[in-house]
Amino acid sequence: MSTTPERPSAPGPLLDVRDLHVEFHTRDGVAKAVNGVDYTVSAGETLAVLGESGSGKSVTAQAVMGILDTPPGRIAGGEILFKGRDLLTLGEDERRRIRGAEMAMIFQDALSSLNPVLTVGDQLGEMFTVHQGLSRKDARARAVELMDRVRIPAARERVGQYPHQFSGGMRQRIMIAMALSLEPDLIIADEPTTALDVTVQAQVMDLLAELQRELDMGLILITHDLGVVADVADKIAVMYAGRIVETAPVHDIYKAPAHPYTRGLLESIPRLDQKGRELYAIKGLPPNLLAIPPGCAFNPRCPMAQEVCRRDVPPLYTVDEDRRSACHFWEETLHG
Amino acid sequence: MAEAILEVRDLVKHYPLTKGILFRKQIGAVKAVDGVDLDLAAGETLGIVGESGCGKSTLARMLVHLERPTAGAIRYKGEDITRLSGKALKAVRRNIQMVFQDPYTSLNPRMTVGDIVGEPFEIHPEAAPKGSRRSRVQELLDVVGLNPEYVNRYPHQFSGGQRQRIGIARGLALQPEIIVADEPVSALDVSVQAQVVNLLDALQSEFSLSYVFIAHDLSIVRHISDRVGVMYLGRVVEIGKDAEIYDHPTHPYTQALLSAVPVPDPEAREHRERIILTGDVPSPTDIPSGCRFRTRCWKAQERCAQEVPLLAVPAHLTVVPGPVQHPSACHFAEERHVVPGGEEGPTGGAGARGGKAAEDPGTGDGPEGGTGGGGGAAPG
Repeated sequence: MSTTPERPSAPGPLLDVRDLHVEFHTRDGVAKAVNGVDYTVSAGETLAVLGESGSGKSVTAQAVMGILDTPPGRIAGGEILFKGRDLLTLGEDERRRIRGAEMAMIFQDALSSLNPVLTVGDQLGEMFTVHQGLSRKDARARAVELMDRVRIPAARERVGQYPHQFSGGMRQRIMIAMALSLEPDLIIADEPTTALDVTVQAQVMDLLAELQRELDMGLILITHDLGVVADVADKIAVMYAGRIVETAPVHDIYKAPAHPYTRGLLESIPRLDQKGRELYAIKGLPPNLLAIPPGCAFNPRCPMAQEVCRRDVPPLYTVDEDRRSACHFWEETLHG
Repeated sequence: MAEAILEVRDLVKHYPLTKGILFRKQIGAVKAVDGVDLDLAAGETLGIVGESGCGKSTLARMLVHLERPTAGAIRYKGEDITRLSGKALKAVRRNIQMVFQDPYTSLNPRMTVGDIVGEPFEIHPEAAPKGSRRSRVQELLDVVGLNPEYVNRYPHQFSGGQRQRIGIARGLALQPEIIVADEPVSALDVSVQAQVVNLLDALQSEFSLSYVFIAHDLSIVRHISDRVGVMYLGRVVEIGKDAEIYDHPTHPYTQALLSAVPVPDPEAREHRERIILTGDVPSPTDIPSGCRFRTRCWKAQERCAQEVPLLAVPAHLTVVPGPVQHPSACHFAEERHVVPGGEEGPTGGAGARGGKAAEDPGTGDGPEGGTGGGGGAAPG
């Protein structure tokens, strides 16, 4: 086990994102990608961040990791408390020490995230030479251990191979191994299985869940797949146009969504176990982030939209102790 | 079943692998499609599912004659289109059109929407007289739910879902009877997918189209298809009506595939049984002998390495009436209930074996593109 830095004495959440705002300055204007996001993740917990492209789910994660391209990106406000410290007040050197060692990220596309001209062993070993000052030889040995741990067969022989010599599922295992190498407290997985076939996806998700349990890590799973979420998440944050529109424990949200967007998403996916007639389709398109509609950002697509929705931005209403919904009519949605 | 509008018989597509620069010598072949039989009835939707590399896209491209088959026949209304050329081929192609996967790369960025949707009329001028083309294009845009005034816009001015509608309008331009759609919604956001699926449904009834719908998303395929074929390594391993495949699968690969699909219901995760396949799909350059699924199959026995299972109703299942009776290319085909929430079926002792396989995922995985040990675990 690596030496874990001091844990917070108070049993607060591992990660506490508060009122985060991120904007991108583009030629056409300011794109407001994240507009006041709050979420928390505790050790051993899995938070699924669900959203479509442009919802701000990945940008939020990049801000937490500190890998946002600035410029054009800019964190316009908020706090990211990790083990009680606000990451946004730290310098780049300190962020770099945290990145990899205490929090790590798994990306969607393993082939383009791995360096094609370095062997897998070198890339895994780099984590140890850079962060822990291990020798090349020791680092190589640790790389083999890691590959065993993510169940890559014949690890000793394959440690000297290049990324292109591995299949998609195996490459994603290498990404997981790399993220886990320093036994971080928090893992952010951005669409980790989207590029994989279903049978391989199941293998990779099972592995990730198992390792998370073993190491008691917090996991943020960023995805658009409602099926994957139902399989692994403890709680969900649904994002739309840079805001969290609903957050709830996983069982509640599938039973009775409290936001019309969540309900639309759940009703628009075809089911494996039944043959429906027509699918419910959310009308229209996700908004342009350069021109987010006034009031509730979802109002032009919402079947329940009223005057107030076009005028007032809905706050995150408290539905119950651990549920929130940003809909003026959350009660009607929940019971309707 | 209604009369077949399209019959595919023993269709094969091998891409040669060569070695040497001056004296090119064939050293092998990528067997992308390796003996496929299918029938498409008029007005029905045939779904084709399978993982990447199973040959489903190559099959689609052969159906619309973008690839010439190495062997086999594709009969459109009884006529083998693989043997046609010139005028006769052109006439047939008008009736079989394609909708592509990626709405970003399948539309020419330098052409206006009007030119893209109207381009089929340049090739088949008889389909619309010159003067009427613009209004015909506008009609088509209206049919797919786009504003007809957008004819002069360029593809980049549209969202992914709208672009896919443009691709569909282009596919409809020549009033085809058959549309081959290769992953038409997989590049789209969830909320937009449903819009396009509903559009395809509506167009089918409006123009009495027959669809070949190719996708890796099993839920969408079930939603849209009347019949479903499951492909593995260039062959159809199981085919039948949607309920036969989803509620009464008999081929182990279909069962594994269905059981791996995440179900959007958190209640299901505690009591659902998952078959985790070991390893990856073998390389199509080096297909296992006998049954090509045997290297990943928990039921594999000596016979599976020797004897190629044929796609037919398995002999031992012909005595069982009902939905179990459908073609399945497995020597040991037996029903197993894998989709939670669906119709109950016998699960039997097979569950324990699936559980065993789940304990060691990833064993025996081979390098991608390698010709040697292209994946596959030692069973048991």
